[in-house]
Amino acid sequence: MQLIARFLTQPAAGAFLSFLGIILFYVLFGGVDLGNLAGAASWVNLAANLGIVAIPVGLLMISGELDISIGAMIPAGSMTTAILSGYYDLPIIVGMLGALSFGALVGLVNGLLTVRTSVPSLIITLGTLVAMQGIVLAGSVLVTGAASVPLAAPDWAKFLFGQLIGGSHQVVILWWLGFALLMGFVVHRTPLGNWLFALGGDKESARNAGIPVRGMTIGLFILSATSASFVGMCQAILFNSAQVSGGMSYIFNTVVSVVVGGVLLTGGFGSVLGIVLGTLTFAIVSQGIYFTDIDRNWSNLIIGATLLLAVLMNESFRKFALNYSPRKKARN
Amino acid sequence: MSDTTPVLELRKVDKSFGPIDVLHEISLKVRAGEVLCLLGDNGAGKSTLIKTLAGVHKPTRGEILMDGEAVTFDRPKDAADRGIATVHQFGGTFPLMSIGRSFFVGVEPTKGWGPFKIFDRKTANEIAVKAVRDFGITRIEDGDRLVGGLSGGERQSLAIARAVHFGARVLILDEPTAALGVKQAAHVLRIVGEARRRGLAVIFITHQVMHAMAVGDHFAVLIRGAIAADFRKGEKTREEITDLMAGGESMADLEASLDTYMENHEGHAPQPAA
Repeated sequence: MQLIARFLTQPAAGAFLSFLGIILFYVLFGGVDLGNLAGAASWVNLAANLGIVAIPVGLLMISGELDISIGAMIPAGSMTTAILSGYYDLPIIVGMLGALSFGALVGLVNGLLTVRTSVPSLIITLGTLVAMQGIVLAGSVLVTGAASVPLAAPDWAKFLFGQLIGGSHQVVILWWLGFALLMGFVVHRTPLGNWLFALGGDKESARNAGIPVRGMTIGLFILSATSASFVGMCQAILFNSAQVSGGMSYIFNTVVSVVVGGVLLTGGFGSVLGIVLGTLTFAIVSQGIYFTDIDRNWSNLIIGATLLLAVLMNESFRKFALNYSPRKKARN
Repeated sequence: MSDTTPVLELRKVDKSFGPIDVLHEISLKVRAGEVLCLLGDNGAGKSTLIKTLAGVHKPTRGEILMDGEAVTFDRPKDAADRGIATVHQFGGTFPLMSIGRSFFVGVEPTKGWGPFKIFDRKTANEIAVKAVRDFGITRIEDGDRLVGGLSGGERQSLAIARAVHFGARVLILDEPTAALGVKQAAHVLRIVGEARRRGLAVIFITHQVMHAMAVGDHFAVLIRGAIAADFRKGEKTREEITDLMAGGESMADLEASLDTYMENHEGHAPQPAA
C-alpha cells in the first residue's frame, strides 16, 4: 500500500498508467501482437521527433509559459539547413549551425518579449509562429524560387543525424533518449531544476528568493525553439530535402504529450519522465492503431479520450499527492 | 530594553507615487526581541509601508536606519541581505513543491562535484523538518510532503522558520493570521512569540486587535498613511485601539446606533448599501 501510494504521488504516475492503459486497450480490443508493435519503427520514430520538442515545451509549461512557435521552427530549421548547405552548397556544418542559431535567435525574441511585456506567451508565440511561417515561405521563394529545396548531406552528417538504424529506426531516437536523460538529470537532481519549479509555482516569490527569473525564462524559450529547429535539421538531412510546410501538427501533439505526461498547464508541477511517457502514449495511439483491427479513422477519438482520462487522472493524483503524508496514515 | 539601539528604525519617511502621498512622516523603531504591531484598516498604507521596508519601494523622503546606521535598499534583495525577511499572507511558498525543496529555493544544498553537483534532497529535508519542528510544529515529519497539503498556519510557520533559519533579524509578517481560523491563528501567534524569544525584531501587521494584543510589545496605529498613535503594551485598552483604527469614529457609537436601528426595525439588521 505504502509503495502504491508513493508511486501515485509522483508526477509521472498518470502518464505511466495512460501508457499501460493504451497498450492494454490495443491488445484487448485491437488484437495487437505486442512483439510486432515493440519491433515496429513507425511509432518510435514519431515519438522521438515529437519528444525532442515536447521536453522543452513541457519545461516551459512547468515554468508557467507556453511556446507554440515551434510549429514554424521545425520547417524553419530544415529550410535553413537545406538553403545554406543545399542551394548555396556551403559545408553542412554551416547549414546546421545556421539552423540552430536561427532557432536560438527566435527563442531569444520570444523570451525577451515575454519577460519585457505582460502579454501572455501563448499570444507572443502565436505571433512569432505566424510571422516565421511568412519568413520561411517568402524567404525561400525569394532566395531559391521554390518551396522545396534538395539537400545532399555528407556521410558523417547522415550517420549522426539522418541514419536509419537497422534500416528503419531513425537515429534521432538516440538523440531523444540522451536529451531526456540530460534534462531529467538537470530538472530533478540539480538546483537549477529546483529553480524551474519555483519559477512555475510563484514567480514573485521565486524572484524574492534570488532566482534569475528573466534569464531562466529566456533560456527556456531559446531551448524550445532551438530543439524544434534541431528536429527540422535532422529531418532535412534524413529526407535529403526540406519543405516550407509541415510542423503545424507538432503544436497540438506536443501539448497533448506534455499534458498527458502530467505537466500542469498553469505551471509548477510535472516531470521529464512524465513528458517522455506522454509522448510515447501519444505515438502509440496514433501509430499503433495500424497494428490493430480498429479502423484508423478512430485514432483521433482515442487520442482525445486518452487526453481527457489522463488529465482527470493527473488531477486526482495531484490532489492525493497534496494530502499525502505517510506517517499520518500509519498512525490512524 | 529601551536603551538599546533599534535594529530597524524609520525616521520621518514619506512615500508618494507621483502626486499621491501614501505615507507621511512615518517614524518607527523596532528592537531585537520585540514585537511591533502595526495596526491599520484597509487602505491605511500598510502594504506600502511593508514594501518600503522590504526594499520594493524607495522612500521619497526620510531615512531608514539599521543598527543606527542609514541604509538604502535599491532592490528587495538588498533588504534581504541585511536580514529583513517578509512573510506574506500565504507564506510565499510553493504549493506544489516539497517542504525540503521549497525551504531551500535559491540556496539549495548540493553534494558531488563539478557538473555532477546534485541537489541534496536528504539534507534539505532533514534541515527543513528540523527547523519547523524547532518552532513547535511537530505534525511535520516528512520533508517530501507537498507544501500545499499543509494547513494555513503550518505554511506560515514554515515560512517563518525558513526566514529565521536563513538569518533574518527583522521579520515582517504581513497579516499572518488574516485568513486563518481561531486555532490556526493561535498557532501562528505562538510562532511569533517564539521568534521574539529568539531575539528577532518582529513587525506584525494586522487589523485584528485581539491578535495584536496577544503578542505585541509596542503598537502603532496607521491611519491614511500617518501614525495616529504610538504606544506600548498596557497603555490602551482594546476598545481604545479599535476606535483609533476606525479613524477616530468611536466603535461604541457605531454599535449604539446599530442597536437603535435594530430596535426600530424589529431586530432586522440594516440592508448593506448597494
